[in-house]
Amino acid sequence: MKPLSVTPAAIAQPTSSELVLSGCWTALGIGVLDRQLEALTVPSKAEVVVDGAGVEGLDTVGVWILQKLLQRLRGEGHVVQLRGWSPQFSKLLELVVQHSDAPRSQSRSFTLEKIGRAVVAAGEQAFALLGFIGEIAVALAGSIAHPARMRWRPILHNIRSAGFDALPIIGLLSFLLGIVIAYQSADQLRKYGANIFVADLVGLSMLREFAPLMTAIIVAGRSGSAYAAQIGTMAVTEEIDAMRTIGIAPIELLVLPKILALIIVLPLLTFFADVLGVFGGMIMARAQLGVGFEDFLDRFVKAVSATAYMIGIGKAPVFAGIIVVVGCFQGFRTSGGAESVGRQTTRSVVQAIFLVIVADALFSVLFSLLDL
Amino acid sequence: MADAETVIEISHVSTRFGEHVVHEDVDLQVRRGEIFAIVGGSGSGKSTLLREMILLQRPDSGSIRVLGVDLQSLDEVQAQGLRLRLGVMFQHGGLFGSLDVRENVGLPLREHTALDEASIDGIAAWKISLAGLAPEAGTQYPSELSGGMLKRASLARALTLDPELLFLDEPTAGLDPASAGGVDELLLNLRDTFGLTVVMITHDLDLLWQVADRVAVLGEGKVQGLGSMDELSRMAHPTIRQFFDGPRGRAAADKTSGQATEQVKE
Repeated sequence: MKPLSVTPAAIAQPTSSELVLSGCWTALGIGVLDRQLEALTVPSKAEVVVDGAGVEGLDTVGVWILQKLLQRLRGEGHVVQLRGWSPQFSKLLELVVQHSDAPRSQSRSFTLEKIGRAVVAAGEQAFALLGFIGEIAVALAGSIAHPARMRWRPILHNIRSAGFDALPIIGLLSFLLGIVIAYQSADQLRKYGANIFVADLVGLSMLREFAPLMTAIIVAGRSGSAYAAQIGTMAVTEEIDAMRTIGIAPIELLVLPKILALIIVLPLLTFFADVLGVFGGMIMARAQLGVGFEDFLDRFVKAVSATAYMIGIGKAPVFAGIIVVVGCFQGFRTSGGAESVGRQTTRSVVQAIFLVIVADALFSVLFSLLDL
Repeated sequence: MADAETVIEISHVSTRFGEHVVHEDVDLQVRRGEIFAIVGGSGSGKSTLLREMILLQRPDSGSIRVLGVDLQSLDEVQAQGLRLRLGVMFQHGGLFGSLDVRENVGLPLREHTALDEASIDGIAAWKISLAGLAPEAGTQYPSELSGGMLKRASLARALTLDPELLFLDEPTAGLDPASAGGVDELLLNLRDTFGLTVVMITHDLDLLWQVADRVAVLGEGKVQGLGSMDELSRMAHPTIRQFFDGPRGRAAADKTSGQATEQVKE
């Protein structure tokens, strides 16, 4: 059902040099008449009468479309005469209409050009990131030189929001991950009667790889995105600029506390994930392989060296640095409006997770070179 | 007589947010073809009243009729039909950040008519120029526009479907005097050309003196005064006096009366 009942606009051509208009020549009444008008022709260079006595409504959309028609007719050399228009409508028709068909700005770009632009943008972003890391380093050095300037309150706040509040989700997911690893290996181990080696498998894979990686990915999704959104919103609402004019370095107030907090908290979260992951593995080992808790722990202590544990925990501060730097960097690059905040937030999460995994791969290469 | 036709009728409207009473028994009528202004201090419920008139919020009691339609008892189809007859310019523009100005202005046409893309672009470009913007502004995004341009682009979008009623929320707030003066002229022009009825919220005394036919002063949840600026300036109610007796109020009044005497001399 149409929201408003309007008589649709119509045009008739009783004789070849006469056009009779009727109905509502308004945005809602015009329908597809626009396309019909393009096909309309008037033979010979004669006088054309445009009769508007039957027009019930006229608005600027109608005026625009009518003017386009009249201009075309005049351009073809016809003399146009208006007849029967009410004073109100003829006043509207006198509005100066400009038919500037300004070309659409979307210039089609070629694939090669797009690739080039993307490369330049990526390079520029990498440089900017490097600059940002430098700024953070300078601010950090300043803070270490003057510890009194350190902002403890935001650090504690960040420890709670990024660390303590993340305990349930990280605990649950690592517990499930431990269960999955033990469950997947149970079949293979049972075939060889090597049931007890489930402790090696779960222990090494959780402590060295999965716990730090999972924790970093969850924190990147949880806190990295929050950093980008918070700083991005502040940039859009000119809070960052206000901070600068008041004489507070935004990096000192917004970035340093986050970095310090996450560097403290991510290793702790990783340890928590270690414990819960191994616990999950233990439960599954007993249920599926008949390896009791005592046997499991006995073997676990022999199989997993302190080095393996430290390797896992040692990755965490690096991941923490990546998450905070990327999150804050994308936040500071926000410009324009709300839409940009969303885009930068997404970008921060994707890039943080990507870089965390790349860093993890590099660690693997490094440790295998060092025979650890 | 057509001039006296009432297009908005607010009767006995009360609104509260929790304990806080925003309106209490507000009555107002807006006539066709007039420029009606609502003024009042911060928190006097101007914006709430405007939101109630444009179907964004419902009053707790009382009735509002807009263009002869009772807002309390209308279904979705009627509401949709009514919305097409209203144009609203929001205080911060309300332009969509993901679309450029021309797409913003053409959006109502794209949604509600069967016109082809080229015509929509052409009409949008024309509306943009009617609102006093350069054609180049059409391809810019809202984040690239200055405050004055944003207001004009927003006005162009509000006018796209030739509304019978135009609502303006602070049309000159944040504009430089020259741009604000441009808005005065633009509004008068639009009213004379299209017979628009304009309802606006404003603090701009110059705009009120130059443009408004009638002004309602809201305060303490009620209408404290109603009339032309001349009539209001002679009223003795404290809320109204406060409004007129500040240095800015006097300057704006002097400017207008000065212009009037100049015209008489000529």
